[in-house]
Amino acid sequence: MSISEIKTGQKLAEHRLGLLDTLESEAIHIIREVVAEFERPVLLFSGGKDSVVVLHLAAKAFWPGKVPFPVLHVDTGHNFPEVIEFRDRTVEKLGLRLEVASVQDYIDRGILQERPDGTRNPLQTLPLLEAITNGKFDAVFGGARRDEDKARAKERILSMRDEFGQWDPRNQRPELWNLYNGRHLPGQHVRAFPISNWTELDIWRYIERENIELPPLYLAHEREVYSRDGMWRAVGPVSMPNPDEVVETRLVRYRTVGDMSCTGAVESNAVSISDVVLEVAGSTLTERGATRADDRISEAAMEDRKKEGYF
Amino acid sequence: MPQTSFIDAAGTLAQNRTLLRFATAGSVDDGKSTLVGRLLHDSKAVLVDQLEAVARTSAERGFGGAAGGLDLALLTDGLRAEREQGITIDVAYRYFSTAERSFILADCPGHVQYTRNMVTGSATADAVVVLIDARKGVLEQTRRHLSVVALLRVPNVIVAINKIDLVDYSETVYNDILEQLKQVTAELRLQGVHAIPVSALEGDNVVERSTKTDWYTGPTVIELLETLPAIDEIESENDPFRFPVQLIIRPQGGLVNGLDADEYRDYRGYAGQVASGSIKVGDEVEVTPGNFKTRVTGIDLAGRAIDSAFAPQSVSLRLADEFDLARGAVIGAVGTLPEPVKEIHAEIFWLDSRSAVPGTRVLVKAGTQTVQAIITSVIGRRNLDTLAIEGTDELKVNDIGNVVLRLASPVPIGDYNQNRRAGAFLIIQPQDGSTLAAGINTNAQFDEFDI
Repeated sequence: MSISEIKTGQKLAEHRLGLLDTLESEAIHIIREVVAEFERPVLLFSGGKDSVVVLHLAAKAFWPGKVPFPVLHVDTGHNFPEVIEFRDRTVEKLGLRLEVASVQDYIDRGILQERPDGTRNPLQTLPLLEAITNGKFDAVFGGARRDEDKARAKERILSMRDEFGQWDPRNQRPELWNLYNGRHLPGQHVRAFPISNWTELDIWRYIERENIELPPLYLAHEREVYSRDGMWRAVGPVSMPNPDEVVETRLVRYRTVGDMSCTGAVESNAVSISDVVLEVAGSTLTERGATRADDRISEAAMEDRKKEGYF
Repeated sequence: MPQTSFIDAAGTLAQNRTLLRFATAGSVDDGKSTLVGRLLHDSKAVLVDQLEAVARTSAERGFGGAAGGLDLALLTDGLRAEREQGITIDVAYRYFSTAERSFILADCPGHVQYTRNMVTGSATADAVVVLIDARKGVLEQTRRHLSVVALLRVPNVIVAINKIDLVDYSETVYNDILEQLKQVTAELRLQGVHAIPVSALEGDNVVERSTKTDWYTGPTVIELLETLPAIDEIESENDPFRFPVQLIIRPQGGLVNGLDADEYRDYRGYAGQVASGSIKVGDEVEVTPGNFKTRVTGIDLAGRAIDSAFAPQSVSLRLADEFDLARGAVIGAVGTLPEPVKEIHAEIFWLDSRSAVPGTRVLVKAGTQTVQAIITSVIGRRNLDTLAIEGTDELKVNDIGNVVLRLASPVPIGDYNQNRRAGAFLIIQPQDGSTLAAGINTNAQFDEFDI
């Protein structure tokens, strides 16, 4: 029952921005705000689809100028070679400066120790924080989305980090209208998440619409894999099967690309981006649940890592 | 009533789908988490692994409710501290879609710091869903929630009269609450209010139409959400063009690879997001500060020249004349830009534990401009039960009140009651950068009080 009159949507059809255009417009606004208000922004760029989309949006935001900040890759050393090749080519094409914070380097220097389970995702925090400090970066763009995870659902678009890179979920700034407050104390920095409001499906539909190039392993390809914890793991130097695990060749693709030792593939026939869009639209498992072993360890896994300064 | 169908790939992929942002307000006791869980669950936004986790936890806790023993409220439990205490402590954002539309839901906790959370959730909301427990009717808290919604001018309000199953789906109870509600909305001069009898627990009239409320002929919650107009649709259609300049794009040396340096040597694009209204190439515009008039010679959307733009598009404008414009300038339809002012009479929502008193030095961020300011006087605190302003000289955390701010330099701030983005601002602590308050310029006359 309508208690009072409302304005109807009838005559408004002419000025109705579609979903993807609305999300794109919001993201470009955020990227421009950060560049206008901060001294030294940097973009975390892994070659993963979310960071690729953020970079694409940044390129659009400043056209015909170049993207006015460098990109930073926190390199676990457990890379898919195709992703590194893609990273370098993309950076070259856009004429950007690439900085690499190497987990391997920290292990070689004895500052970090390899974990018993071999995964290096949790080891990224220290190299990331030191790269931020050494680069004097005051704003760090990331491709995190709120639909990825319960802890991220409460993350702000501009999120304060103290000098230890910590996120304090109980003490977040209210975020009002489209007014972003990035003021901070020396030693603090801000994480900026322009695609906070995008879902996985939005990302794929946008990649399809904009014809954005991705590392090839996002599309279905034949690969030697073995099953572990209900996921398909690629056979590789850092992800060897145990003697009791059977290696077979299957048509698979990746939904996230990260540390090769803990990123799983899904069986898929999606050989084009539009196939992927259809697959994601009909998907029944969340992205992280399906393919990230480290997020399945506990319900609060992501929250713990975020508090420690993870992306 | 139109039939609502849920995620099938074709619907999800429709090209003309739009976005609606809405917030939910109410306390745990009103069943807000259950309503949110029900929306997510019945719109098939919950994926198998999330559902399995909820089923596991429901079983561990011995939940015996409906929906196959699923405690749907668990879907919205975010942080570990919240799970341990069984409360929510911060606004959480959820995403789901129907065949018609995509939704961003700002889930605002009701108990702790409700003003802060309500303001955060409502500031960007196209619609707010306020919950009422059918057994209790309109409570003080309902009035407060509706007051915040009215002050922030949220254009659409859905009042979900929940737990209608616990009053035997009684039309009389519903009508009684509707009468109470009409009184409150009249007092608050609240527009665009819809009331719906629902049971979040049983799923009545949330997504699926209830068979037990045949006396109710209006839409379900989701049907309304699918059809309500978004703020940007209203403000791009009805309001004059307004465009705060974020930065100036002058590529010079740093041109995109492959572009011809000669062609873009003199390129100058004023980058920003259309805050309201629309603009076409060739339109005459006005620029403040300076009150210059000029013409739009081009609109660029990331390398693509377009003929027209409207809110909320992010574009770059090219102008016929070169001005020394900087971030903070505003471009608008001729004759519509507000005169820059050095004093703001504002309604503010104070969000910090440090109080606001006369003489407090702050920063004011309005649009793309940030200036120093002083709170010269605190007029009074709003009593959220009567909406009256009661005289005080101090605003404390979660207070809403009226203040006068003096600005170090003039700002072209608009009237919030005419356009939300033009009249909204932040009050920021100059040293540590905290957001102290949300402010709206009301141009109100405070002369009934001694200043």
